[in-house]
Amino acid sequence: MPKITYVDHAGNERTVEAKNGESVMEAAVKNSIPGIDADCGGACACATCHVYVDAAFMDKVGEQQEMEKSMLDFAENVQSNSRLSCQITVSDALDGLRVTTPESQH
Amino acid sequence: MELSDASQIVLIGGGQAAAQAVQSLRQGGYAGKLVIVGDEPALPYQRPPLSKAYMKGEFAEERLYFKPAPWYQDNNVELILSTRALKIDRAAQVVELEHGATLNYDALILCTGSRPRPLPAKGADLAGVHDLRTLADVDRIQPQFVSGRRLVIVGAGYIGLEAAAVARTMGLEVTVLEMADRVLARVTSPVMSEFYEKEHRAHGVTILTGARLDHLDGQDGHVSAAVLADGTSIPADIVLVGIGILPNIELAKDAGLTIDNGIATDRDTRTSDPHIFAAGDCASRPLVHYGRVGRLESVHNAIEQGKLAAAAILGAARPAEDCPWFWSDQYDLKLQIAGLNQGYDELVVRGNPDERKFAVFYLRNGTLIAVDAVNSPPEFLASKKLIMTGAKVASSMLKDTSVAMKDIAAAAATA
Repeated sequence: MPKITYVDHAGNERTVEAKNGESVMEAAVKNSIPGIDADCGGACACATCHVYVDAAFMDKVGEQQEMEKSMLDFAENVQSNSRLSCQITVSDALDGLRVTTPESQH
Repeated sequence: MELSDASQIVLIGGGQAAAQAVQSLRQGGYAGKLVIVGDEPALPYQRPPLSKAYMKGEFAEERLYFKPAPWYQDNNVELILSTRALKIDRAAQVVELEHGATLNYDALILCTGSRPRPLPAKGADLAGVHDLRTLADVDRIQPQFVSGRRLVIVGAGYIGLEAAAVARTMGLEVTVLEMADRVLARVTSPVMSEFYEKEHRAHGVTILTGARLDHLDGQDGHVSAAVLADGTSIPADIVLVGIGILPNIELAKDAGLTIDNGIATDRDTRTSDPHIFAAGDCASRPLVHYGRVGRLESVHNAIEQGKLAAAAILGAARPAEDCPWFWSDQYDLKLQIAGLNQGYDELVVRGNPDERKFAVFYLRNGTLIAVDAVNSPPEFLASKKLIMTGAKVASSMLKDTSVAMKDIAAAAATA
């Protein structure tokens, strides 16, 4: 099972085992990772699962769809490596993925 | 409220509000006992995918669960499932459950949710007639969603239309019956109704508005047709009923709590009994951005009130109250709704519905009160902020797609 490390705003790291096919958001929520609210449960409707993807994985997490792009446009503190974690699907290629959560999702 | 490690907080109902409240209570440092009493057999789960991805069979059941089973053990949350609460004894602070068990509580959170409004027509109890509310409902419906079968949906609200979209995508013949003269009549404007009617018709759904169901016919105990008041008979293999929900307030009412459409609560979700809180579909609450009281049937509301209840019980600062928001997925259309449009006196359309990417803004006295945004996240997200600040927004600006929503929000903020 691919391992994903979530780094919070203060730098604390938590590593979880994710399942292929679930989203990086779902793996976080099921493991009670703080800093990812995911109010809509992964419908790309709320923009509360914003993360920063580690540079080494930017080309492995897939392309952003238009919906996600325009949702992120309104998130706080967006960077070039910002993604909505509900839109990143876990696979073996993402083993070792590191994402950082922003200070706030609102 | 004085809480200790020996305290017990009981939640009645195991939906979104309860799942959020237990999580927030633990995150907030509560170390006492937590018990969820739910009348369904499944672990607490998300309902929105039931009429969307889960119905299509694209979503495994375990993905619906808010938390996997071990989470409840690890966090010392006791789950009493498939069990109804029968009575609240407020004086003794005890809840009576069916099968004779009782639970003491220091604080009680009512997350009793809502139930489908029953179809007031003969034949409603025939086999093949279903509500669409629970996981068990969809597990009964899903195997019957087979290409070519004839489905009649009673009620053109969001649930009914979402189910229609799924069924059409799976190749069923779908007829939607709506008593009002347009779909989504209770919740949105004629512009939106027209757009969704057109969309569903283009996908091959038969939509009959102004259609009054008289009764359902059956053969050998199974539904065979929906018969309208004008005598029209529509053959049906399956009937889905989506004519609204009723809040589950009986437990609260019998306990003498104040009822106002739902279980009456203050901003902190406290009911008329200081030890009892109510969250989610069952609760009526102050709508702080609108200066009135109302009951909301949504994920946003359940999450927010779950957080508010936890904070109030722990004596923590009140979490921010968001502008109400909702969403609906039909075909490849994502509708995002911010705010409540009741009482609008001006309607502004931004973009072109024919391009399947547009927004309808609702204003009252020049202030934005709601938006329906189809495939238009910027309109949704900017409006959410504008509604919360109560800023005046020029309709000429909203109409003008050459002005970005970000700039409109910025202009309104400084006006």
